[in-house]
Amino acid sequence: MANANLASTPPLGEAAIAPLLPPAHSKTSATGEKAATRWTLIAIAIGFLALFVLLPLGAVFAEAFRAGFGAYWEAVSEPDAVAAIKLTLLAAGIAVPANLVFGIAASWAIAKYEFRGKSLLNTLIDLPFSISPVISGLIYILLFGAQSVLGPFLREHGIEIVFALPGIVLATIFVTFPFIARELIPLMQEQGTAEEEAALTLGASGWRTFWHVTLPNIRWALLYGVILCNARAMGEFGAVSVVSGHIRGETNTMPLHVEILYNEYNFAAAFAVASLLALLALLTLIVKLVLEWLYADQIAGTRRH
Amino acid sequence: MTKLRTRRLRTILAATAVIAFTGFGTGLASAQTTLLNVSYDPTRELYKTFNQAFAEHWKQETGEDVRIRQSHGGSGKQARAVIDGLQADVVTLALEADIDAIAERTGKIDADWRKRLPDNSAPYTSTIVFLVRKGNPKAIKDWPDLTKDGVEVITPNPKTSGGARWNFLAAWAYAEKAGGNEQAARDYVAKLYQNVPVLDTGARGATTTFVQRGIGDVLLAWENEAFLALQELGPDQFEIVVPTLSIKAEPPVALVDGNVDAHGTRKVAEAYLEFLYSKQGQELAAKNYYRPAKPELADAADLKRFPDLELVGIDSFGGWKEAQPRFFADGGIFDQIYKKGS
Repeated sequence: MANANLASTPPLGEAAIAPLLPPAHSKTSATGEKAATRWTLIAIAIGFLALFVLLPLGAVFAEAFRAGFGAYWEAVSEPDAVAAIKLTLLAAGIAVPANLVFGIAASWAIAKYEFRGKSLLNTLIDLPFSISPVISGLIYILLFGAQSVLGPFLREHGIEIVFALPGIVLATIFVTFPFIARELIPLMQEQGTAEEEAALTLGASGWRTFWHVTLPNIRWALLYGVILCNARAMGEFGAVSVVSGHIRGETNTMPLHVEILYNEYNFAAAFAVASLLALLALLTLIVKLVLEWLYADQIAGTRRH
Repeated sequence: MTKLRTRRLRTILAATAVIAFTGFGTGLASAQTTLLNVSYDPTRELYKTFNQAFAEHWKQETGEDVRIRQSHGGSGKQARAVIDGLQADVVTLALEADIDAIAERTGKIDADWRKRLPDNSAPYTSTIVFLVRKGNPKAIKDWPDLTKDGVEVITPNPKTSGGARWNFLAAWAYAEKAGGNEQAARDYVAKLYQNVPVLDTGARGATTTFVQRGIGDVLLAWENEAFLALQELGPDQFEIVVPTLSIKAEPPVALVDGNVDAHGTRKVAEAYLEFLYSKQGQELAAKNYYRPAKPELADAADLKRFPDLELVGIDSFGGWKEAQPRFFADGGIFDQIYKKGS
């Protein structure tokens, strides 16, 4: 789905700019252009969105229900589809918390400490963005495949990594790990260490400082990172395809199952499962909206998306 | 205030963790015997019905339950996955060369695996035919029509697709026979590939290009794929044209000795492959548009669908061991004619 690309433009710096702007709650724009210009720009943005996001999304749902609701239900409740849904949720359910921990640790290290190789670490975090997902999958085949150095050891001990759940989870973690870190790093760098230092000076422990000072400061960025990370984890195709082994009802995730159904000329079922995947993505966005709405006052104090 | 916020945040984090770990229990498989059949793309429909039939047969014979897990993909890609450790008990691929590759690289398959089962270990065969649009608007009847101006031919890339190699060799076999020498064959296939607007990477991709995207006038396809496309997408849209001469493709099957011994599934895996040669197996092959190796066992009504035509085997190219490097290796005949053509 298109969610993956959203992350490349992390909205940053609003918190820093905010104090410099006049307290503009009036309708006039700060840049002072004419109303016509403003409406043209808005029309372009909405038109573009409709054409490239809403239209395809609508097409997916229209195709999915073309054969009727009965056929839709049959397609998504069929055992192979259910297995694919479970596997996708399981893989995302492991990958997202793992990346949550990694993302916080990495951005903490980068934003709050000075150390040798910091810029290298910063660059390495972007690696999964810059290399093709197929390569990300192949890395694990080269590492853990039967022909790899580790292969004989793994076989002797009966450990299955590639073509099984661990491989799928590893590949998913790899392709999604920048999402959370990339959201957090700019924000944490911007916030600096002053508040933490104050907390420590007042006698708070490191752990307590983290829970009561750092986490509240970063939680909206964190939430946004988790949502993007989750959307990509569920939607990842390339890397997972390489390590999956494509065993029906076992190592096929939802995107892989969609491809299989499509290749079997089973278009209605393919779009039914695809629509479910789109629904999951939409659901995460709705969760985000609801949270933003519930906590609107607090977000206004920190930052907004 | 801050305290309250963090508590909420903690609840969210805890909920995430709970969701993450509840999934674990569902992943555990039961202790039933399972077989993994690693196959290529166009056999999906065949093995879907065959696996069910075999499970019933095995239950009747032995009283044991067996579940067959099925994996499909491009033949070469699937072979590569088995080499890299995909735990196949049996492989049912498009090309002899792919099974040879597994045998050579891993030693998990006996080197003379072809002789272990009847008919060169190919329980069913297929051939290459033409799929054209309804009414055959470009009047395509045989191979020479494919090189005419304005005819667009859809065939995948022989570098990546097993099916595409059969297509190439079928065209070559025809031209060599018609023209009487290798030069005639070279000229013919060079001209043929000039009429190919896109080279898809796999057979199903090429079918989708032709059928779904509506590109091209004729699709070179496996006979079983052509019939399936006709059945799935409506006989009112396409027609099958059978050329006078084509190739006899023998998709082979083999037991992966190394894996069945490790899994303790040798007996059931052997029975599985033998069942392909049984009356029921041959009937299912014919029903799914594969030409059964033992036609006398299959249903006469199904056999009637396969038209008679002259079939040339891979043996006339000296087997895959000779044909593969000669035609499809880097710098081979395909590279020569395709570069010259473009």
